[in-house]
Amino acid sequence: MKSGFPERAHVALRDMQLRRNLALATTTIRGKRAAVTGERGDWEELRVAGAAIKRRVLRHLEDYLLQFESSVQRAGGSVHWARDAQEANEIVVQLVRRTGASEVVKVKSLTTDEIGLNDALTAAGIRPIETDLAELICQLADERPSHILVPAIHKNRVEIRDLFRREFGLPDLTEEPTELAGAARAYLREKFLSTAVAVSGANFAVAESGSICVVESEGNGRFCTTLPETLITIVGIEKLVPTLNDLEVFLQLLPRSSTGERMNPYTSLWTGVAPGDGPQEFHVVLLDNGRTNVLADEVGRQTLACIRCSACLNVCPVYERTGGHAYGSVYPGPIGAILTPQLVGTAEAGSLPFASSLCGACAEVCPVKIDIPQVLVHLRGRAIRERTAAGAGERMMMSAAGWALAGERRFRWARRVGRLVQRPFVRENKIERLPGGLSGWTMTRDLPAMPRRSFREWWNGR
Amino acid sequence: MRVALFITCMNDTLFPETGIATVQVLERLGHDVVFPKAQTCCGQLHLNTGYHDSAADLARRFVRVFVEEEIVVAPSASCVATIREFYPYLAEQLDDGALAEEVEALTPRVMELTEFLVRRLGVTDVGSRFSERVTYHPTCHSLRGLQLGDVPLSLLRAVDGLEFVELPGATECCGFGGTFAIKNAETSSAILESKLENVVATGAAVLTAVDRSCLTQIGGGLSRMGSQVRTLHIAEILAAAP
Ligand code: SF4
Repeated sequence: MKSGFPERAHVALRDMQLRRNLALATTTIRGKRAAVTGERGDWEELRVAGAAIKRRVLRHLEDYLLQFESSVQRAGGSVHWARDAQEANEIVVQLVRRTGASEVVKVKSLTTDEIGLNDALTAAGIRPIETDLAELICQLADERPSHILVPAIHKNRVEIRDLFRREFGLPDLTEEPTELAGAARAYLREKFLSTAVAVSGANFAVAESGSICVVESEGNGRFCTTLPETLITIVGIEKLVPTLNDLEVFLQLLPRSSTGERMNPYTSLWTGVAPGDGPQEFHVVLLDNGRTNVLADEVGRQTLACIRCSACLNVCPVYERTGGHAYGSVYPGPIGAILTPQLVGTAEAGSLPFASSLCGACAEVCPVKIDIPQVLVHLRGRAIRERTAAGAGERMMMSAAGWALAGERRFRWARRVGRLVQRPFVRENKIERLPGGLSGWTMTRDLPAMPRRSFREWWNGR
Repeated sequence: MRVALFITCMNDTLFPETGIATVQVLERLGHDVVFPKAQTCCGQLHLNTGYHDSAADLARRFVRVFVEEEIVVAPSASCVATIREFYPYLAEQLDDGALAEEVEALTPRVMELTEFLVRRLGVTDVGSRFSERVTYHPTCHSLRGLQLGDVPLSLLRAVDGLEFVELPGATECCGFGGTFAIKNAETSSAILESKLENVVATGAAVLTAVDRSCLTQIGGGLSRMGSQVRTLHIAEILAAAP
């Protein structure tokens, strides 16, 4: 079987620096989120509203998409439909080529990471430049982002200083945050002023007006969406909201859930083209790339309500220990564990739904009330059915257990067999080493031996 | 009141003392405890590991065994949460309308032990005495699944002689997660590490919870590190008579 979550986690768990960075960062964000959501008496109502709006959009997605298309066109923009990653990349490469540009600045790059746009641009001789500070750090380090909102959460300041010293040729740079940010700013300002094309993602796309909304902390996104001549925005088809009014709900849910701020520093909204102001050419690429398949599944479809706030990552005990890279997916953490297998199939990502203790911390914080544990269990069922997870040993044990539990006599008999089988492993009433597939348990934990008498034997003997 | 006991497969085979204690507590309060012998397992193991056909068979079996009962009590939050949250899901997936109806009628009558005592009976003092320093881990299924809040704590606080100490980081998962603990053993162990540190830091002699499954994880870790902290299901503390 090819490398899955357990194998990648094995590597990540050994990186003690990574684990310290992650523990510190997630605990801090968690505390901030708890404070700013707790102070709202109507937080639960906001969640209910957010969940309801998103589910309405999904129920009538076709209508909202068509409405969005005509709204964008009316406002002077163009809309392109992309069935999959390849189509989307071809559209973007062609649009950039038409402008003659050899570089593009990028912001809100999660969806473009999903489709591998940077590789496609590079192959076409176009240089993509990430402008979100953390994305830039990942790009310079040639690493994949490991967190949706804090892509470089796995790196600390000293590591970033060393990277910038090397990449920007600044040997005297210190690890002071202001100095690090200053170095990146100097580099990026130059790029904003000299680059003619920008590629962005979107947080929300408004059907009634054709507006795009981008929410960010640094202001680099606003440079990207205002300075270049041409702006290309890639939008997953699930990002729609019906009206501008609906943003009222999401602009409260999103910053409080993600960065733990009452309001994010920069919210940019633009609608089509305004003559003489901002980009004079505006394209939206509407991306499916597996989303309609997700929509077709009654249980799985709630995944498309996600607003990528990353609250579920920050509270996840698994994510906190392994970090994002262990998921081997653009979308890490609990949302990645449910979204990626649905987008790319369980053959590619069959181990992800199992990368959870089902503790439910994610569902408790999710601002759009996605029942993540339910979807995880649902996808585990799919992976087992499609035979893309679990080896023959596990399957045999599970069917043996299923057989034994299917009748009372069998159950009692199986227990007697169990007592015999455990015998060579028991020392002082406990088991310190188990063989084969079960050895993972005894790696760090003892197991009490099965006692002589079961409960039902006690009951029968009363 | 006639109370049907769902003992759970894990308690039945591995932790009979938890079942015995449950019976003792309920009988001490004057209830008529019955044990339907055809019961085996709620199906959680198969459900959470992805073997949904077997899980559905076990769910059907559970419903068949308990459908006539007025009230079913189980000393396990995770089994009750499985029944409450996932039986409707299984019925829906199977497109089994009859099962869905039975599930809808039965699930409100299936309760976790402490939930039954406090929320149904309104009892917090069950007349037990237990003179040790005890800390409590709220298991994920009891906390976020069944939303038990401080129901178990209210019972512990009423125990004569019990010295309660708060567990730091109490609401964080212990890393068990059923077969997750084996399939992702290293990640599970890394999560457990923090829980063990916190348990040891309390200086408690006993760690208790409403789920034997999580206690097997934490207790297994404590045993491996040579700690003297014992793990007891809450029923065992509540059963301890003066
Ligand atoms: S699943 Fe929910 S909590 Fe996680 S990123 Fe999406 S909206 Fe946020």
